[in-house]
Amino acid sequence: MKHVISLLVDNEPSVLSRVSGLFSGRGFNIESLNVAETLDPTVSRMTLVTFGNDQIIEQIIKQLNKLVNAIKVVDLTGSDYVDREMALIKVNAKAASRAEVLRIVDIFRGQVVDVSSTSYTLEITGNDRKIQAVIDLLSPIGIMEIVRTGKVAIARHKKTGAKTEKEQEENSE
Amino acid sequence: MKKSGAEILIESLRHEGVDTVFGYPGGAVLNIYDTLMNYSEELRHVLVRHEQGAVHMADGYARSSGKVGVCIVTSGPGATNTITGLATAYMDSTPLVVIAGQVPTLLIGNDAFQEADTVGITRPCTKHNFLVKDVETLASTIKQAFHIARTGRPGPVVVDLPKDIIAERAEFSYPSKIKLRGYNPTYQGHAGQIKKAFKLLAQAQKPMIYAGGGVILSNAHKELLALAQKMSIPVTNTLMGLGGFPGNHPLFLGMLGMHGTFKANMGITHCDVLLAVGARFDYRVTGKVESFSPHSRKIHIDIDPTSIAKSVPVDIPIVGDVKNVLKELLKNLEEEPPQDYGKSHASWLKQLGEWDQMSPLSYKATGQCLKPQFVIQKIQEVTDEVLDGDVIIATEVGQNQMWTAQFFTFKNPRTLLTSGGLGTMGFGLPAAIGAQVAFPDKTIFDIAGDGSIQMNIQEMATAMQYNLPVKVAILNNQCLGMVRQWQQLFCDHRYSQTLFEAGPDFVKLAEAYGAVGLRATKPDEVEPVIRQALSIRKPVIMDFWVDRNECVYPMVPAGAALTEMLLV
Repeated sequence: MKHVISLLVDNEPSVLSRVSGLFSGRGFNIESLNVAETLDPTVSRMTLVTFGNDQIIEQIIKQLNKLVNAIKVVDLTGSDYVDREMALIKVNAKAASRAEVLRIVDIFRGQVVDVSSTSYTLEITGNDRKIQAVIDLLSPIGIMEIVRTGKVAIARHKKTGAKTEKEQEENSE
Repeated sequence: MKKSGAEILIESLRHEGVDTVFGYPGGAVLNIYDTLMNYSEELRHVLVRHEQGAVHMADGYARSSGKVGVCIVTSGPGATNTITGLATAYMDSTPLVVIAGQVPTLLIGNDAFQEADTVGITRPCTKHNFLVKDVETLASTIKQAFHIARTGRPGPVVVDLPKDIIAERAEFSYPSKIKLRGYNPTYQGHAGQIKKAFKLLAQAQKPMIYAGGGVILSNAHKELLALAQKMSIPVTNTLMGLGGFPGNHPLFLGMLGMHGTFKANMGITHCDVLLAVGARFDYRVTGKVESFSPHSRKIHIDIDPTSIAKSVPVDIPIVGDVKNVLKELLKNLEEEPPQDYGKSHASWLKQLGEWDQMSPLSYKATGQCLKPQFVIQKIQEVTDEVLDGDVIIATEVGQNQMWTAQFFTFKNPRTLLTSGGLGTMGFGLPAAIGAQVAFPDKTIFDIAGDGSIQMNIQEMATAMQYNLPVKVAILNNQCLGMVRQWQQLFCDHRYSQTLFEAGPDFVKLAEAYGAVGLRATKPDEVEPVIRQALSIRKPVIMDFWVDRNECVYPMVPAGAALTEMLLV
């Protein structure tokens, strides 16, 4: 099963290699990995998508926690969170298809961020299903290049008075 | 007053209570070695003959004394030569701090002379590592290194120290405290889990304790003994755990696993509650995981959460320091109304006794042919008589190691120094030397094979230079015995590259180093040789010509269940 793991790490050189080395050295998989500084410049946030059975995921979480530079490790899977990915897609846009590409961008609330006489570069943000849908629709027209950020994710904040989806589920059980 | 990086380093080591370092000089650490001369009163430096030897010596020093072992090596090949030693220490959780020289900061990444990416190379075989980029952070980095090495599950830490940092000057004040926001080992076990564990243990009919090296690392042997005795629970040890429970105790079942005793392996397969203490369910212990202790409910105490449920699922995990958790279990026991555990476990203990009688540890003695197990038994007999058993035994890796584990009775913690996890040939001699440095007045043996001993034989010169009278007992079978055994059993007697057709005369080799060489080729020569070795205050090599065809039994073939033992 796919898991989204969010971790806070020291913002230092070699921390990324400690995390990625842990995965390669133990034969775990990384599907995507995203790192950037947080509001505290000494701390970075990593969002890591991985997959494995429960035992493997348990080991991954424990091993990540064991890293001296890992400050906090949270498996978001199974909790209430929002995730997004951005894709930059360079697509063929000759006269016959230019309008169609723009229509697709419009439907998915994307943006054109670069234009040439034969191509558009599009920015699409969303969950992976949305990005896959755009890719499926643009593929017949001709995708020249695609760059994806990998997933970033954040836990939903508890809303005042309102119950989270998870709590509603629990109550209904 | 400002101090140089080298002075800060050495002052910091002194603040950590270090009085001995093992090392080898070189260009990148020239300033450290120059400064060392000014501290020769406070800090003893042991000059080794190979950096691998330095790390194993620091390892043997640490395992035998419980202190942190410290090494200094130069950049590039100096650092890469430590890798096997670091990996050995990492697998067996030995606290080490290795200071590695590095090329000057400006040259890093330049493919400079004697440059290696030490932090990159050592990352997977250390608990943590550091590259010091500013002399101002040197003292706090050393503090962190020692803190990480000795706390939680101990392990080796590397500090990579560029040459310019060693030369630069800064104000020195050693931090009294440090805080690492991502590193907080759990020492206290969860009270609720401990209570549950106690209840499970208390109602068990066929309980068993499986104790590993964590008992020794946490100095919990007394608590383990108390718990086992008060609750009449039989105990088996892993290789790393030997000495953590008295080997001559009636509740002791011997080692378990691939070369474990019949009773230990049968016991663990049939017990109904298994208390794992500071052990990690290695596959050399479990055999086929699916068949490991199939009828038991399992309690697992370990300070390292990653060791729990890694290969074998457990019912009650307890993360915490073994000593603390065992103390809490004992407290639970005291609060309960007394129960006659001896009575309720009587039939279980009787069953274990029957298994022991069915197939005790043994070997076939044949006439004038010298058996390796006999040599080990004689070492035990003579040292028990002459030294009242006060002896530390290092081993190499292979048959010599397994026979020592089986036939030597370890009664006290920190008396067996062996590379359990990594299985590093060449570990024993330098480890024995390191232990001798820690305990100059004790007798230290290295039980070796003729293969392993040649992997770090150069350290005989170190033993000579510092007058460290280690006793090396070579079980010389002129082959790589354990691999030969596997080839005999699993490769249809096809001995591919395991038979030595040439080798040194170990008596002459000892003499070449200025040490003493002795030889025994027949059973009745063994005891006089051991007695003579003990009477000499010099390093001694004893060359025992043993039966080449002897195998280690019992043996569980790799991947088989523990009950599928090949017996003598």
